[in-house]
Amino acid sequence: MRTYRSLGELSLLSLAIALPWLLQALGEDYYIGFATRLLIYALAATSLNFVVGYGGMVAFGHAAFFGGGAYLVALLMTGGLISAWASWPLTMFIVALLAWAIGAISLRTRGVYFIMITLAFAQMIYYSVISLKIAGGDDGLPIDQRSNLFPFDLANDNVLYWLALGLLALSLLLLKRLSHSRYGHALAGIRQNETRMEALGYPVQQLKLVCFVIGAALAALAGALLVNQNGMAGPGQLYWTQSGMLLVMVILGGVGQRYGGVLGAFVLLGLEEVLAQVTEHNHLYIGLILLAVVLYAPRGLAGLFCKSR
Amino acid sequence: MTPLLTIRNLKRHFGGLWATRDVSLEIQRGEIHALIGPNGAGKTTLIHLISGGLFPDEGQLLFDGRDVTKKTMHDRVALGIARSFQITQIFPKIAALENVRLAVQAQQRDWGSSLRMWRPASADFLMIEEAEDWLGRVGLAEHAGTHAADLSHGEQRALELAMTLATRPRLLLLDEPLAGMGPEESERMTQLIASLRGEQTVLLVEHDMDMVFRVADRISVLVAGHITATGTPEAIRVDPAVKRAYLGEDIA
Ligand SMILES: Nc1ncnc2c1ncn2[C@@H]1O[C@H](COP(=O)(O)OP(=O)(O)OP(=O)(O)O)[C@@H](O)[C@H]1O
Ligand SMILES: [Mg+2]
Repeated sequence: MRTYRSLGELSLLSLAIALPWLLQALGEDYYIGFATRLLIYALAATSLNFVVGYGGMVAFGHAAFFGGGAYLVALLMTGGLISAWASWPLTMFIVALLAWAIGAISLRTRGVYFIMITLAFAQMIYYSVISLKIAGGDDGLPIDQRSNLFPFDLANDNVLYWLALGLLALSLLLLKRLSHSRYGHALAGIRQNETRMEALGYPVQQLKLVCFVIGAALAALAGALLVNQNGMAGPGQLYWTQSGMLLVMVILGGVGQRYGGVLGAFVLLGLEEVLAQVTEHNHLYIGLILLAVVLYAPRGLAGLFCKSR
Repeated sequence: MTPLLTIRNLKRHFGGLWATRDVSLEIQRGEIHALIGPNGAGKTTLIHLISGGLFPDEGQLLFDGRDVTKKTMHDRVALGIARSFQITQIFPKIAALENVRLAVQAQQRDWGSSLRMWRPASADFLMIEEAEDWLGRVGLAEHAGTHAADLSHGEQRALELAMTLATRPRLLLLDEPLAGMGPEESERMTQLIASLRGEQTVLLVEHDMDMVFRVADRISVLVAGHITATGTPEAIRVDPAVKRAYLGEDIA
């Protein structure tokens, strides 16, 4: 069973690696940009799924970390730091610090209050950034070249695609390892009964905070990819609708399912692309689909395929 | 020898109600100390205050000579104060064995800072063996694989006791371990707690007087947030104030 599953994973991965050449052969290279976007959002949604599905924290401000990562890379580039080897880890580190501060305060609350306070922090960051001249205000911050990942040439669309694919695969592997580790078991206990965990001696708040910070750092990595893909960091990436969209992806794909974020991102962005070509009311249809999933597949699309995490 | 736990002038109120008013008490090493009192007397509140679930408005808690008044619950567990709850607190969606394994893992105080973070926890056989031992101790050996939610009420209470014991406490706080149990389950739990005598210091809250007089070395009576008497079971049984306030005249 397990070997079949990893065989499936491997063949999907090989197919994904071969995709740029397939598209070239079909003369549809235009789609490589779209495929990269799918992977980037899959990574962002996966990072949120870690916080929501594994850590049990319904965070409604993930855009602050995703968009924040994009803005920081763009800002560092404006300041002359072009090397991805330096600016991307630095970006993840700064966002992790930010998430640590936001999380430490937000985790004093729970339930609806946690949702509201994470939303409030993210909106505060949105308004601060658009009021900053160096961040380009309402217009956003364009970058005039992609990050330098010597010896790899990110100016090549295929290379950026492979990088996004590799980072997504690595993140999924990391989360798989984490979920089976002692830490992952502790998170599972926290999701079921925080009181009991605290009474066993687990520092529950700190363990949740670590989860929140890991999720934020991965979102920042996705943001670093996004700014390179889009050629700019825009205010929309920090806005609450972006947080909402990531949450929708997680719910659609499957909260707490390892591939939930990936499936949700693929299906949502795929549907948007397809529906936009046939109807103006695409958001209405997407809403209806989400409703159907919540009602008939409460464990999300990933839950339809497999039981395990 | 200093007492294991010294409670000094502890006070705690909820709005206008003083659930704990000026409680002072000493728990000696190795004793089973029962805390009895009518509904609403403040027994659970006192357990919360000792375990760190609530903080006192005034007063001091010394555990093994160390001031723990301001320590969080998980820090107190690390020092050796562990508790069960009046309303059972377990992990319903996982197997009984995994419930206890989480307790053993907690006792090892490794949250993932070491390289063990990268090893699947389910492959740690030493940890699992220890968890099995604790399950056996409370008579749940053959239910290791059962989901905690599918255990009977009495078995769930026993499971919670196994988890609490697995943290290897120096002071065990039990809040009505017999609550909601039938006679057979009660008897089994009573024997289990009696078997801790001598090896484990226990503060036991319980309404079942037969059980209390069977297992306790000393008894304290809590009425309306006050300790009105502390003494051996024999002394408490004949204390006129206790009889009036709690036991009722018919118990002699
Ligand atoms: N969180 C709270 N907020 C307000 N009042 C509370 C709270 N917890 C306890 N009380 C009140 O404090 C008093 C003591 O309650 P406590 O639960 O400690 O009693 P108890 O002795 O454990 O009773 P029982 O035998 O019924 O379990 C009660 O009057 C109760 O209503
Ligand atoms: Mg009580």
